[in-house]
Amino acid sequence: MSFEQWFHTLPLRWRDRFRRKQVDKELQDELHDHLEQQIQLNIEKGMSKEDARYAALRALGGVTQIEQQCRDARGHSFIENAIQDLRYGFRQLFRSPGFSILTILCLTLGIGANAAVFSWAEGILFRPYPAVAHQEQLVALAGTARGEPGATETSWPDFLDLQRNCTLCDAVFVTKITGTTLSIGDHAEVATGSIVSANYFDAIGVHPILGRGFEPGEDVGSNSHAVVVISYDLWQKRFKGDPQIVGKMQRLNNVPHTVIGVTPQGFYGTFVGWAMNFWVPASMEETFESDGYKLEDRGARWIEGYVRLKPGVRRAQAQDEITAIATRLEANYPATNRGRNIKLWPLWQTPFNNARTLLPTLQIMTAVVAFVLLIACANVGNLLLVRAFTRRHEMSIRMAIGAKSSRLLRQLLTEGLILAGFGAAGGLLVAYWCRHVLVLLFPRRSGTAMYLPGQIDWHVMLLSTGICLIATLVLGLVPAFQARSIDLAEALKAESSNVTTARRRAWMRSGLIVFQVCVSFILLAGAVLLLESLQKIRTTSPGFSTSSVVETSVSLVAAGYDVQQAKSFQDELIDRVRALPGVESAAYARVTPLGYGSFSSTPIAVDGYQPPPEEQPSVDYNQVGPAYFATLGIPLTSGREFTRADDENAPLVAIVNRTMQARYWGSQDPIGRRLQVKGKWARVIGVAADSKYESMREDPKPFFYVPLLQDFVRGPALNIRTTEPLQTISAALLREVHALDGNLALYETITLQEQVDRSTSAQLVAVTLVSILAGLALLLAAVGLYGVMSYAVAQSMRELGLRMALGASSADLLRLVITRGLRLTAGGVFLGAVAALALTRLLGRLLYNVSPRDPWAFGAALAVMTITTVAACFFPGWRATRADPARVLRD
Amino acid sequence: MSKPADLVQGTLDMLILKIVALEPINGWAISQRLKQISSDVLGVSDGSLYPALHKLEQRGWITAQWKSSGNNRRAKFYSMTRLGRKQLEKETADWNRISTAISGIVKLKEA
Repeated sequence: MSFEQWFHTLPLRWRDRFRRKQVDKELQDELHDHLEQQIQLNIEKGMSKEDARYAALRALGGVTQIEQQCRDARGHSFIENAIQDLRYGFRQLFRSPGFSILTILCLTLGIGANAAVFSWAEGILFRPYPAVAHQEQLVALAGTARGEPGATETSWPDFLDLQRNCTLCDAVFVTKITGTTLSIGDHAEVATGSIVSANYFDAIGVHPILGRGFEPGEDVGSNSHAVVVISYDLWQKRFKGDPQIVGKMQRLNNVPHTVIGVTPQGFYGTFVGWAMNFWVPASMEETFESDGYKLEDRGARWIEGYVRLKPGVRRAQAQDEITAIATRLEANYPATNRGRNIKLWPLWQTPFNNARTLLPTLQIMTAVVAFVLLIACANVGNLLLVRAFTRRHEMSIRMAIGAKSSRLLRQLLTEGLILAGFGAAGGLLVAYWCRHVLVLLFPRRSGTAMYLPGQIDWHVMLLSTGICLIATLVLGLVPAFQARSIDLAEALKAESSNVTTARRRAWMRSGLIVFQVCVSFILLAGAVLLLESLQKIRTTSPGFSTSSVVETSVSLVAAGYDVQQAKSFQDELIDRVRALPGVESAAYARVTPLGYGSFSSTPIAVDGYQPPPEEQPSVDYNQVGPAYFATLGIPLTSGREFTRADDENAPLVAIVNRTMQARYWGSQDPIGRRLQVKGKWARVIGVAADSKYESMREDPKPFFYVPLLQDFVRGPALNIRTTEPLQTISAALLREVHALDGNLALYETITLQEQVDRSTSAQLVAVTLVSILAGLALLLAAVGLYGVMSYAVAQSMRELGLRMALGASSADLLRLVITRGLRLTAGGVFLGAVAALALTRLLGRLLYNVSPRDPWAFGAALAVMTITTVAACFFPGWRATRADPARVLRD
Repeated sequence: MSKPADLVQGTLDMLILKIVALEPINGWAISQRLKQISSDVLGVSDGSLYPALHKLEQRGWITAQWKSSGNNRRAKFYSMTRLGRKQLEKETADWNRISTAISGIVKLKEA
């Protein structure tokens, strides 16, 4: 229909629909008018009044019929039909509330789980940085080392070279997460912030609502630009929204900073997992980082990079250019950059921050929720089959009185749309409620909660709508498929129970059940595998004691201690701590293994070891104090520990681990041999056993230790081996620290076990989520199985009654029903096991020391499935045994 | 009740359009015109006129207005729309083509 036609038609349709009485009245008037004129004409022709009237009526024909024909000629509009369908659909759904609620509930769960996981993926991986402009042009930048997996941070000089030479990038910018204790008034609280390059706010397109962002050059120099931009939340909560905040001074790590700007509401920085409260330029790095001035050290890799690509530039093109730059850097600075490349990642594959930790979990979750949706749909399909059967009569009548099949289909699709619409709305609501659930699954650290919001934007809406539309099609087409095969004459006979269609239907329903069981089995097997690996991770020894060792640190950097002050403070504190009752030993270390801090890495050289060409061996190391190995319970296989004598004036020494010994000295004894660290030669004095350093999942890797006093940092962690409970030792520690300096804050004191648990929290999250969803899937499958068995029992009551009459006992009947259920389950489990064997490999990175085909996991899944089946079949079976055979047979 | 069997399908529409095209006109007058013009040969019953009028109105080819028709009575007057005029041209052209063809065949001399 053309536009012009609509122009004429729409007002008529509108009147037809909403001014029905008026339209009918006009029609009557029109015909009446016709009659009057005809009568008049007839009278003029000489007829009597009576005859004239009669003749006119005869000429026109039945008035009522003509009115009806006129109405038919006007036709039924699409809108009218849709409204009628909707009304009818709602009436149908209200008529069987049980069916409607169950269907909507299944769909809500299915769509809700999908929408929730997708909103997490959106909020954490795809558009992780609220308020940041054009995130599709952002990519993550990190270094790689030849021959080593994974990514490294970037050094400041490398960043400057990239910024200068990258022509395909709109901007290269870097960040480094940091923290401080923010004292405002008499209230001190931990605040998370970022050290950033000066172009940060311009590059991400965030403009402060008060004051300004950083100016070029503010990231140059050493402690030269003490300025800070604060977040809206910090401004509101801690500064009470002070409108005069810009220009005020705030001490950060004991250095007065000028507040120069406030970021807009809803901007949380660019670090997945934590909301940032403040930003300082890189020139203030020394104030926040414990290990000195790094802006001129090309070997110090500590920052996380991002690139904003120019519009239309693809990542691969930018990568080529950046690789070329990295190759030049490698040639110009072999000492620090040999074997190093720089790589770009799409945001969702960001190799640092919590995106990296959560990516595998979210990937698995996406697959898992898709399965849950399938199970929910299968359930709904089953419900629809039953309903289609009960509505067969209605459909046949509508067809018999002339409804076209397209009209019936439209009716069924409308009903499907209503159901799916409710399901989708419920699903989005579920997603909305669940948007902060991920955070709850992570353990809290240092009293601050993580920030991992789900984001419900138009992508999520679109996906949910898409699922909803597909569901509508399924919901409408299943009954339509059933209606298609209706034999009118047959169906209209009220009692026809056609054996073949009944069998086909039974076959379809059984098929759906087998499918549900199959999918549930896959999920169960996956959940058990993850549970098993979590168990393994948590019970595997990390190579050091976890139960009787606690860890904490004192914020000397934040308190503004210089190196000399820090050294004497550390000496005094450790003596006091060692004297505490119940303390066996205590030792400093720059980083505690499996903690949040990352180890330094350094290029090394070893006497008598020739590295492969084009490769610069680089090894992680830790700076540790005397008695570190005794305190953590890491055995030394040969040589000795560091002592207080190994200080800045003594010859440089190092302790290597077993893997490092094996790689660089082979079977020879490394003790007394030389190792070059940061360009200086140190002598190996001991060999320590391997342990876990950054992740419970890592393979043994080369690692070495140097004395803290020979490579000093101001803010090391303090490890204490003690027999006292955590609270006691923590309180005693705080007393000792305050005895030395009342202004010092003590970071959270935790056991190393807690530390290990936190480092495996991603596993815990994966296990929890997959288990919840597998449980949900199992429940849905059980409901489906229950429904099918109940229905089957109801249908075969005659047969069961006959068996009972012939002497079958209750136990026999129960066994019969449960066996039928188990037969269906067996089919599903078989298919599920085959599929799971192929699919559980996808768990890959989340599995630890567990084969994806672990027979125990499959056995456990089988057991759970069997128990569930028996439970789901028991009630229908039990009901069958309750029936009175005489009545059943009579009916 | 329905259209006369000997009226070629769709021709009634064309006739009504043609009549309405002359001037705005009410239903009764249309029926009179039809009778006069075709000298009752076509035998269009008044009963089939109104559904046809309503169908044409629904298609947007004619449009209706209530006007006074003398004698102090209000009657529904139909008038032509732009769409209707186009439709009429098309149907007339079709009609001419077909009738020419048919009469050509009818006039063939038998050998």
